[in-house]
Amino acid sequence: MQHGKYRFIVGFLTVPLGLYALFVIWPFIQSIYYSFTDWTGLSPDFAMVGFDNYERMLDDDIFWKSLQHSLLFALLLPVVTIGLALFLAFMINVGGRRRRGGPVISGVRGSAFYKIVYFFPQVLSIAIVALLFAFAYNPDSGAINSVLRAVGLDGVQPLWLGDPDLALWAVMAVLVWSTVGFFVVLFSAGMASIPADLYEAALLDGANRVTTFFRVTLPLLWDTVQSGWVYMGILALGAESFAVVQIMTTGPGGPDYSTTVMVLYVYQKAFRDGQAAYATTIGVALLVVTLAFAAVVMKLGRRERLEY
Amino acid sequence: MGSTSAENNGTGDTHPTGVGRRDLIRRSAALGLISVPAMGFLSACASGGGEEQEKATQGKKSEKNPLAVNETAPMEFVLFDGGFGKEYAEDAVKVYEKNFPGAKVEFSATQKIQSTLQPRFNQGNPPDLIDNSGAEQMDMGVLVGKKQLADLTPLLDAPSYDDPGKKVRDTLRPGIVEMGQFDGEQVWILYYAYTVYGVWYSQKALEALDEQYPQTWDQMLAVCEKAKKKGMAGWTYAGKYPYYIPFSLYPMIGKVGGREVLDAIDNLEPNAWKHPAVKACFEAYYELYRKGYVLRGTPGLDHIQSQTAWAQGKALFLPNGSWVENESAKVIPSDFGLTVSAPTGLDSSDKLPFGTIWASGGEPFVVPAKARNGAGGMEQLRIMLGEASSKNFTSKVKSLTAYNGGTDGIELTPGLKSGVAALDKAGENVVNPRIQDWYVQLQKEKIGVSGLGEMMAGRITPAEAIKKIQGFADEAAKDSSIKHYKHQ
Repeated sequence: MQHGKYRFIVGFLTVPLGLYALFVIWPFIQSIYYSFTDWTGLSPDFAMVGFDNYERMLDDDIFWKSLQHSLLFALLLPVVTIGLALFLAFMINVGGRRRRGGPVISGVRGSAFYKIVYFFPQVLSIAIVALLFAFAYNPDSGAINSVLRAVGLDGVQPLWLGDPDLALWAVMAVLVWSTVGFFVVLFSAGMASIPADLYEAALLDGANRVTTFFRVTLPLLWDTVQSGWVYMGILALGAESFAVVQIMTTGPGGPDYSTTVMVLYVYQKAFRDGQAAYATTIGVALLVVTLAFAAVVMKLGRRERLEY
Repeated sequence: MGSTSAENNGTGDTHPTGVGRRDLIRRSAALGLISVPAMGFLSACASGGGEEQEKATQGKKSEKNPLAVNETAPMEFVLFDGGFGKEYAEDAVKVYEKNFPGAKVEFSATQKIQSTLQPRFNQGNPPDLIDNSGAEQMDMGVLVGKKQLADLTPLLDAPSYDDPGKKVRDTLRPGIVEMGQFDGEQVWILYYAYTVYGVWYSQKALEALDEQYPQTWDQMLAVCEKAKKKGMAGWTYAGKYPYYIPFSLYPMIGKVGGREVLDAIDNLEPNAWKHPAVKACFEAYYELYRKGYVLRGTPGLDHIQSQTAWAQGKALFLPNGSWVENESAKVIPSDFGLTVSAPTGLDSSDKLPFGTIWASGGEPFVVPAKARNGAGGMEQLRIMLGEASSKNFTSKVKSLTAYNGGTDGIELTPGLKSGVAALDKAGENVVNPRIQDWYVQLQKEKIGVSGLGEMMAGRITPAEAIKKIQGFADEAAKDSSIKHYKHQ
């Protein structure tokens, strides 16, 4: 039976591994190969140029700016989004006041309603969210400045996406808004599976909400938080950040390169400027950044798993 | 022209990207999926060395068929389906089918020019005629540099569709042939639409102020002051795409300092931007900001939002191109009196007279070098450059074509009419800055967004803007990864 077992396993693994190699590994290898050429992307002929693209990249101010912004996205967005989501999920599931005759732990009043409302942005495509916010940020007739005017703040009429100091934060706020609901639901599901007796014991010992959160909820939810962290980091470095920057911002990528990110720069080089080889070079840099990000998260997040 | 037609579709450069399902990625899978969004798509266009396709044999040359099109060879035509729609091209295809009943024409219209055609160029089997326009325009410089386009000289030297005694090249508007050249005599591109750039305004609003269009900058400031007193801003522009400002600023520079200044800028000559005429014009525009004549919030508006604010009467003047009439048709009131004027100059010491205007081709049509039936593609263009097709285009989409004429006997919309009048007034004084099609990134992102955009938002002074822009231009001149061009 031993022989048959391996054949059985191999039989199952061939197809998925083959697909993975073809659609994930192979494009990586191709991209790395093209980054050593002068391929334009518009004609089949190209020549090897060695490390020219890499040298050029290290001298490229826009590349460094986009790297800086991408790193900021990858570091800040997960912290803010996951922190906010944990807080909201805790309030929905655990943070409520104890009501007479009710369960030992429960969420704040109306938590079922909040759970649905928080999830709403998730059903909208990121492209639609970005367009909606582009309208909201309109300094002349957009929702945000109109509200400011309505409450008498006529003097405070920021340019939002038109202001290099605000634009990046305005973009980040949109990403937080559109993704936080998903993590609220994810963490709610995790919290629901934490046995109530642990909370009861903590309450009997006189723990307040803050202590309960840091001593009971967070440690038991750690695995979920860590997965969410990696996932959010990928969103912040990849497709989601591209969509919002491309659709919402000046230029796109501005004003004055204040919102450009690596994925956007890859796209512009490959498809606007006809420099596909240079674009793949930036893509390789992005690969390095993303791998480093994942490695750091895995390393920092390693803890003993708690059984319950 | 990507800059302009890209925005013709109403929503600007939207790119439908989204993560459909947000399944939780398990830890193990996470590593593998990392950065696929960034790099996976590149594999889609990986270059595969395709075989060159066989060319169609030549047909019989005759008076009716001067390009010797093979009467039975199929012809494939891919159109950019943008602000001008596709009806005009479909009508022209019908004429082709009538003239060559034995030929099968495969016509398709798409907004995704680059995604559909880039792989076909890579494989060596591109279609016979392409309208390479829109947000997904393929870089012309690269296509030419890599010898992917056919020289259109045979078409230009062929007799025109209406008059066998006249060559096609002699029926075109000024500047069209030159725009299709890069370096050398060959003509790679034929721009079919003809765009008039300038300062757009409501005649009605101007009359309500009891003013005429200002010819000197002092008058301009006076008109703006008058408008401001009535609660109307003098100017607005597409703040999020500040590369609309040059539509009136560049011809003003040409008027003040002469054509050579613009040519020097196009040629990326050292210190081209430090010319006194450039400085004077930048300072003039900066005055608009400093005196509060620019609509509040403008730097945060996109082209549609600024055009809407302008159509609602919140601002008087708008730098734009002739597509604005079609694009903002829904918000422009019927009694608006849409008018375009050549830009205001500085004073009477300007080198060129008032009326100097920027006009140039739009909708670039190309015939690929490796097309199977390139002659058919050119013949299709020859048909489109005939008077009947040109008139059809003008009456359907409110824009002029490269064909010089074609406006008699059809009723012109107000904006178009004023455009024709402005061209008449300009006469020889039509300028055509090439920087916008030669150096797209430099023009849009660097000069537009980081230079002019910052200056008009009041965040840098004209002197700083000039220094910054000259720096960008010097960088571009030194950058060996972009192809450089010179005025002949």
